[in-house]
Formats: sequence, C-alpha cells, structure tokens
Amino acid sequence: MPVLRFVLKRLASLVLSLAVASVVIFLFVEVVPGDPAAYMLGMNAQEDTLNALREELGLNGSLMQRYLSWVAGMLQGDFGTSYTYRTPVSEMIGERMWISLPLAIYALTLSTAIAFPAGIWAASKRGSVADVSVMGLTQLGVAIPNFWFAMLMVLVFAINLRWFSAGGFAGWDAGFLPAMKSLTLPAVALALPQASILARVMRSSLLDTLGEDYIRTARAKGLSRRQALWRHALRNALIPVLTIIGLQFSFLMAGAIIIENVFFLPGLGRMVFQSISARDLIVVESVVMLLVFAVILVNFLVDIAYAMVDPRLRVRA
Amino acid sequence: MNRSLVIGAALSAVFVVAALVSFVWVPYDVTALDIPNKLQKPGFQHLFGTDHFGRDIFSMIMVGARTSIAVAVVAVGIGMLIGVPLGLAAAARKGSLMDEFIMRGNDLVFAFPSLLIAIMITAVFGASAVNAIIAIGVFNIPVFARLVRGAALSLWTRDYVLAARVSGKGAARISFEHILPNVTNLLIVQGTIQFSLGILAEAGLSYVGLGAQPPTPSWGRMLAESQTMFSFAPHLAIFPGLAILFTVLGLNLMGDGLRDVLDPRLRRAQR
Repeated sequence: MPVLRFVLKRLASLVLSLAVASVVIFLFVEVVPGDPAAYMLGMNAQEDTLNALREELGLNGSLMQRYLSWVAGMLQGDFGTSYTYRTPVSEMIGERMWISLPLAIYALTLSTAIAFPAGIWAASKRGSVADVSVMGLTQLGVAIPNFWFAMLMVLVFAINLRWFSAGGFAGWDAGFLPAMKSLTLPAVALALPQASILARVMRSSLLDTLGEDYIRTARAKGLSRRQALWRHALRNALIPVLTIIGLQFSFLMAGAIIIENVFFLPGLGRMVFQSISARDLIVVESVVMLLVFAVILVNFLVDIAYAMVDPRLRVRA
Repeated sequence: MNRSLVIGAALSAVFVVAALVSFVWVPYDVTALDIPNKLQKPGFQHLFGTDHFGRDIFSMIMVGARTSIAVAVVAVGIGMLIGVPLGLAAAARKGSLMDEFIMRGNDLVFAFPSLLIAIMITAVFGASAVNAIIAIGVFNIPVFARLVRGAALSLWTRDYVLAARVSGKGAARISFEHILPNVTNLLIVQGTIQFSLGILAEAGLSYVGLGAQPPTPSWGRMLAESQTMFSFAPHLAIFPGLAILFTVLGLNLMGDGLRDVLDPRLRRAQR
C-alpha cells in the first residue's frame, strides 16, 4: 500500500510540524519582557489583581506544565479565556471564523476562476497580443498592494457608485446573498494578487508541459494543438499550480488580516489586531496557532492531492 | 538591451534618487504643520497636494521612500546573511542530520505567513520599524536557504568541485570559494524580488500600525492616515499607493530582466 504509507509518512511530519510550531509560539509569548500578567495589566496594576491574573493564566506552574496544559486545552477545544472580553477564546474564534473562512474560500475561488482561464489562454496563444496583455496585467496585479486596491475599490464602488457598502458585515442572518455581497469587495482585493501569481504559474507550467515529448507524440498521432492541451498537457501542468494554491492559502490568511481591517470585517484578523492593542496575549497566541495549523493542514492536503494527480510522487516521497 | 531591465531599473532608480535627495533637500519640511493650507488639491504649489496637517504629500513620499528602502534592504540583508550560509551548509552535507534540521526549520518558517511572524513580534516587543525589519528578514531566511541549497546541490556534482576536493580543500572552503561565486547571479535575482516583497510587506505593516511609527514618514502609514479622508480627498490615498505600486513594479521588472540577462537557462524555469 504505497499510498497509505505515503499518507502516514506525511501525517507524521504534519504532527511534528504542529508540535514544533506550538513550542515556538508558546516560547515566543513566554519571552515577553517581564511578567505577562504585568504586561497585560499595565504599569499601575495592584499586586492582588496581578496575582489573580497569574492564577487565572496558570502562570504559577512550571514552563513545562504551562505548555502542556495549553496544548491539552487546545486539543479539547479550550483555547483559554480572553482577558479583555472575559469570554472563552474558542467561542470568539467560532464566531469570527464564519467570516474569515468564507472570505478565504471566496477569494481562493475567485482567484482560481480568473487565473485558470487567463493562464491557459495566454499559454495557448504564446507570444500573441493576448499573451502579452495578460502577462502585463499580472505584473500590475502582483505589484499593487492589496489594501490600497481595496481602498480604491471602496472609493469607486462604494462611495461613488454606491453598489456596495464601504465596510462591515451584513451577517449570515441577513441571508446568503447580502452576506456574500459584503464579502465581495474584500474577496476581490484578496484575490487580485493571488490570481496574478496563479495565472503566471499556470501559463509557464503549461508552456513547459507543452514542450514535452508526449505532447509531440500526441500531436503526431493527429491530435490538434487544442486537443493535446486539454487532454494531456493540462493535467500534468496542474502539479506546480497546486503547490502554489497551497502556499497561497497562507498568504490569503495573512492578507485577510489586513483586508479585514480595511473593510471593518469582524473576522479573525481584526480580532488579532484588537487583541494586540488590548495586550490580550492569550487570544493572540491561540489565533496565531490556529492560523498556522490551518496553513500546515492545507499544505498537507495539497501534498496528498499531488499523490493523487501524480503517482510518481508517492514513490519519491 | 533587455527592455524589462531598462524600464525596471529606471523606475526603481527614480525612487532611490528621491530617497537620497530627500536627505539634502525636500520641497517642504515634512514635520512642519501648515494648517491654513490643509487638504490642498494637487497643483503648482503642492505637486501632489497636502494632507490634513498641510504637509506636502510630494515631500512626504520622498522621505517615505527612505523608510521603505531601508527596511527592505536590511530585511534582504538579514535573509542573505543567515540564509545563504545555511543553504551552503545544508548542500555540503546533503542528507545529514544538519541538512534535515535546516530544511525542516525552513519549512516551519514557511508555515508561518510573514505577517503572522510580524504580528507576533510586534505583539510581544511592540510596533516599530526595527521590529518590522526583523519580521520581514526572518521570513527571507528560508527563501535564500532553499534557493542556495538547490543550486549548490547541482554544483557539488561538477568536475571543478571534485578537483577542489582532490586538492584537499574542505567543505567550507569549497562552499565559499567555488559554490558561492556560482550562485551569486541567482542571489541577485532573488534579492531583487525579495526587495520588492519587502517594500510591500513594510507598507502593509505600517498600514495596520505595526511598522514605522510617527513621526517617521512611511507610505503605508500615509495610506492608513488617509483612510478616513479619502472619500473627499482621494489624492491622499492615490499618490502614496502609486509610489508603492511603481517601486514594486520597477523592482519586479528589474528582477525579470536581470534573470534573463544573467542566466538565460533560467528563462524556462521562471514563473
């Protein structure tokens, strides 16, 4: 069972990465200069308040004890209690996830929907005006800071044309379409640079495969260029594209942190920021761990997807 | 001449020159308030207009270029200084525990989006340009380590490396005398690309308030400050954004051009 062995091996390295990541994040917050409780409460904190917070944070145990209880808590879905909001962090994450996750998926869908046709079109018309203009546009797309693009879109579509609201989230209770509508401008802003990168990768990967011997053979057997591209080249060209989609996910999560701030979307990203200004390290620590977990998990899934697309990789890995 | 290289270099040069000139001369003092002239539209007096304190946007962009360039240069420097030796070491001892350790460590840094690293650093140590540099720099380390390791691995199989080994040179000497000079082109190309990413990252961090702090002018912060006013004074947001766009575009074009000029073989592999 080579597939099973491959999956198990990747699973082992997934667990290892998560373990190391959790140690790094934990130690990072541990090295806060001075006492975390004093750091969170500020200079004028009373001694008994400090002690109460230390007790609450479990700061009185040893380093190892604290780490283990943090991890054990997370494994059971307990991310601790936010100091500023006085609510369990897992509840806060649960609420905000329903904005950040749909936003990331929306943006990823948009960027794929734009990039695939654009990349395939440019590759199939290599050297033509179409190719040059698609590539020119992607250069611009990569260079535009997405939060600036977001501001320009607000200026045009929200303030001048009044098609969208300038920010905020309608809420899923308002219905699917209104909710998606309030995520549209943020998703477009997030998708633009990603789509540009993806289109470039799609194009160059397709051009590479189109130069392979088996494509020549297929053409010699009488397939048209178009048929060879769709039947043989595309599937093989998808491997590097999949990698990039996996890597992009991490950029989408990070990009969302900034974009959510532009549009005042109450998602995970905004939560991280508010926690930083409120010095609520428990929230920062847990959300960062969650985001890193998401990124590692997505890349794991991409690796598995690889093995599905290309049997050779199962052996090599 | 390579067209991308020329256009890219020219665009980038504009901003480098602007940054350098700003040390000796700017049209208006960027720290002086001039409230009577606040929120002026772009015109003869103020080429790009003025902000809500009456400060000249053109001058602020010139001075802001310094911050962007300084942050990006140091961040790329950190990435190279640490990443390149790591990559060389990993390649010299391929398959060893050290190689494994370095590469897994790299994977781990990659798993943290750079912005998350920056957020953690600023959450713990406070927001400043220096912390932004460190955050962006840390993310550059695996980029260079991977690049150098990949290229060095194929160089280690070359005959001249074998000759050097036969003549008794150790792995460290071979790495620095024979491998490093042969990966310099790659480093220049990647350095240009990381430089442009660094400028984007700095702008993003400053925009959300995690980068350069007032009174240091920064393009990202100019955009952040414009946010509440750009519905009636769009020039506040447009010019700093264009400055970022053109600098990054210039650097990317220059990177593409350099890649074509320095190593034609790479053209096929380019994304």
